Amino acid sequence: MKIHLLFILTKGDTFMSTLESSLPDKFKANFKEVELPLSDQEASQEANRCLYCYDAPCITACPTGIDIPSFIKKIASGNMKGSATTIMSANPVGASCARVCPTEELCEGACVLNHSTKPILIGNLQRYATDWAMRNDQVLFKKGEPNGKKIAIVGGGPGGLSAARELALLGYEVTIYEAEKEAGGLDTFGIVSFRLPKKISLWEVDQVKKLGVTIKTSVKVGKDIGFDELLETNERVILAIGMANVPNLNIAGENLKGVHDAIDLVRSTKSPPMPTHMEGKRVIVIGAGNTAIDGATCSVRLGAENVKIVYRRTEKEMTAYDFEYEFAKQDGVEFRWLTQPIEIMGDTEGNVTGLKCVKMQLGGPSSDGRRKPEPVPDSDFIIECDAVVKAIGQKRHLELIEKLGLAHNDGVVMINKDSMQTSNSRVYACGDVIFGKGQGEAMVVSAAQQGKTAAYHVHESLKEMYSAQ
Amino acid sequence: MADLRTNLAGITSPNPFWLASAPPTNSGYQVQRAFEAGWGGAVWKTLGDPILNVSSRYAAVNFNGQRVAGFNNIELITDRPLEVNLKEIYETKKRFPGHAVIASLMVEPKQEAWHEIVKKAEAAGVDGLELNFGCPHGMAERGMGSASGQVPELVEKQTTWAKEAAETPVIVKLTPNITDITATAEAAVRGGADAVSMINTINSLAGVDIDSWLPIPNVSGKGAHGGYCGPAVKPIALNMVSECARNSRINVPISGMGGVSNWQNAVEFMLMGASNVQICTAAMHHGFRIVDDLIEGLSNYLDERGILSIQDIIGKSVPTYSDWGNLDLNYNVVARINNDVCINCNKCHIACEDTSHQCIDMLNDGNGNPILRVREEDCVGCNLCSIVCPVDGAIDMIEVPQELPSMTWNERQSLLGSLKDCKITK
Repeated sequence: MKIHLLFILTKGDTFMSTLESSLPDKFKANFKEVELPLSDQEASQEANRCLYCYDAPCITACPTGIDIPSFIKKIASGNMKGSATTIMSANPVGASCARVCPTEELCEGACVLNHSTKPILIGNLQRYATDWAMRNDQVLFKKGEPNGKKIAIVGGGPGGLSAARELALLGYEVTIYEAEKEAGGLDTFGIVSFRLPKKISLWEVDQVKKLGVTIKTSVKVGKDIGFDELLETNERVILAIGMANVPNLNIAGENLKGVHDAIDLVRSTKSPPMPTHMEGKRVIVIGAGNTAIDGATCSVRLGAENVKIVYRRTEKEMTAYDFEYEFAKQDGVEFRWLTQPIEIMGDTEGNVTGLKCVKMQLGGPSSDGRRKPEPVPDSDFIIECDAVVKAIGQKRHLELIEKLGLAHNDGVVMINKDSMQTSNSRVYACGDVIFGKGQGEAMVVSAAQQGKTAAYHVHESLKEMYSAQ
Repeated sequence: MADLRTNLAGITSPNPFWLASAPPTNSGYQVQRAFEAGWGGAVWKTLGDPILNVSSRYAAVNFNGQRVAGFNNIELITDRPLEVNLKEIYETKKRFPGHAVIASLMVEPKQEAWHEIVKKAEAAGVDGLELNFGCPHGMAERGMGSASGQVPELVEKQTTWAKEAAETPVIVKLTPNITDITATAEAAVRGGADAVSMINTINSLAGVDIDSWLPIPNVSGKGAHGGYCGPAVKPIALNMVSECARNSRINVPISGMGGVSNWQNAVEFMLMGASNVQICTAAMHHGFRIVDDLIEGLSNYLDERGILSIQDIIGKSVPTYSDWGNLDLNYNVVARINNDVCINCNKCHIACEDTSHQCIDMLNDGNGNPILRVREEDCVGCNLCSIVCPVDGAIDMIEVPQELPSMTWNERQSLLGSLKDCKITK
């Protein structure tokens, strides 16, 4: 009995420590997950505090509809495998979501205990249950009886993985084409390690692989393999390619040494070796969304001497979540509101030396309802710095989308919102590729749900087709 | 501050809180620490022929993360020599003359054995004696404790023997492991008991380890039934106290115990006829210091109601406790949900829908907000919704104006009986 237990613990420890030790020493500690896991005692107490509501509003508030009271009840009863299964069956990236979901706007915000005491720590409990499954090397699902039909999924991020998982359970032969060398998308490369360690996302990828899904990494569709070929060899194609890099600022000095893309910066901290180019630097991050916060906090943790965020509007208009803003402030990030960069200054050797900005003021409302920032005349000033991080949103994979011949609006692939079907009836889309222009949400959890929806409609369409034959 | 002094069959103590005969009263050191903390009295851990104990001995029942909802033990009576106990009783009584020191006694059901132990205990200066006819484990297998406490004749006889030698009041402690505790309580009264105390522990198996499949607790792989106590047994104890209190043949004071964990529980027991309360598990869980809140809480409770003495509440609720046949069949309450307090967890709905009378609807208030409403015409007033409701004040049970005059089952039956006698002629 004792020997058996020791075996399990040792196995689990090795799994965690192998992945952690892949980070080099220098800044490793700075990128350790900030939020501590619940202890067994804390989890038990919190799980027992859950009222186990009937028709609970937290379920409705979760985009993937996780049966939250049930998974919490299962933690309370010690049915950990059941708890993890309840979570992961509704959300194939439930371990990542436990860490990155804006829970106070979703499940925890809907908890009825907001009206009496304080909401249940649903995110932390979800992490507790999924951590258990990871630590104990659990495989929670079995693939469905093979039906001989092939589906191709382009992009192995949350949306693609979620669609693949559901289709594999239904018996499809699924292949994911992933441009990066590892799958997981933003969960693997785009979310800072101290919020979401890479190993979590890779465990979710592994869960999908164990259902027989083939994941072809470092394969760029449209380059290494033709889209037409995918359409020819598969019944359906699901497009889950997400978004691209940060667009240009379109100001002078953008090509100077020391100008970085926030998404690339985050990516560089998710795989060894850890970059050292921010050490001792004065860094300015342009933008005030969640990616800007990530760029800023990563810079701090990579040893930057000083990190400022400049934003042309005010605190009120910034799109970063409140908890991200708080987190950045606690990391010592400074904010310069109503500040618009107009030129990146450099020295003769092409190194960044400063950011020329102009003061802004808020004018009348613009088309999106937010007040329009306008420059204050003759208010130019220079902030000295050694590095600039661009974080003003993400570009679209416009070229590819055009090549695929799918209807889009500025790179946002247009879909039937019920079925996730694109203008090509054999192509479905989910995730960030459909976010924007009134479509979708930019959350990981939304992508997961869209992936499920796409999978079900692919299945429906094929069922109809085959029964008609 | 209200007068908390109590008197149980002539045994006085500064307050109604006694430590029950159990591990907390095993030694002079412990009892003196308890008196220093403020306990009014202590019933010494049962004296008798020293026994041998086993290891381990205790187990608790936890519920949804709450520790010690119930408590189980297989420890026997004192394992220390009688002389040592008597010496420490003497010293304790000398140091705390105003506190009640009671000797709990258990010997074989023999007249001379009872005479001998009674005399020895009284010589040590105790204020009274408690005859242990209750322990359900170990000693019962040797014909003592609950084995003799389950036979009314043995209870009566042994009480008589103890009384023959006793000069101090004799309390008979009863076992709950019996169909009707009033039978043994009456036997104790017939034997001359000055008071009865109840309940001792209930036969129990705390649990089974679902990994090792062994009983909890176990001694080297084997378990045996123990005695159950703690908060979980309070309702059982309270009923037994109440049943004895309302029985006119049991006309002696009652010392109440069984799951008393706070001053509110003490008030309940005393309202239902206990002259004082004995406590063990709560002290084992938290230490003697709990007596501070017991005393203060009780005192404040009495002061707030302008009650000058604790004596004035003893038995005050007994007349309200009766047989089912005397309850009014025409009295009705219904549940009413206060939507401004309700947090919409819907627990009342699902409890009523699945397990009661299907009368709580999940509706919309017209502004898109979910509300719950009771169909009062279908509500039987069972209380279930208000029991499962997690928010105080969200569900009230409201008395419905009575349309018919009150009528109990007993009244109805006697009325029907008298109708039968009427001859109806066509």
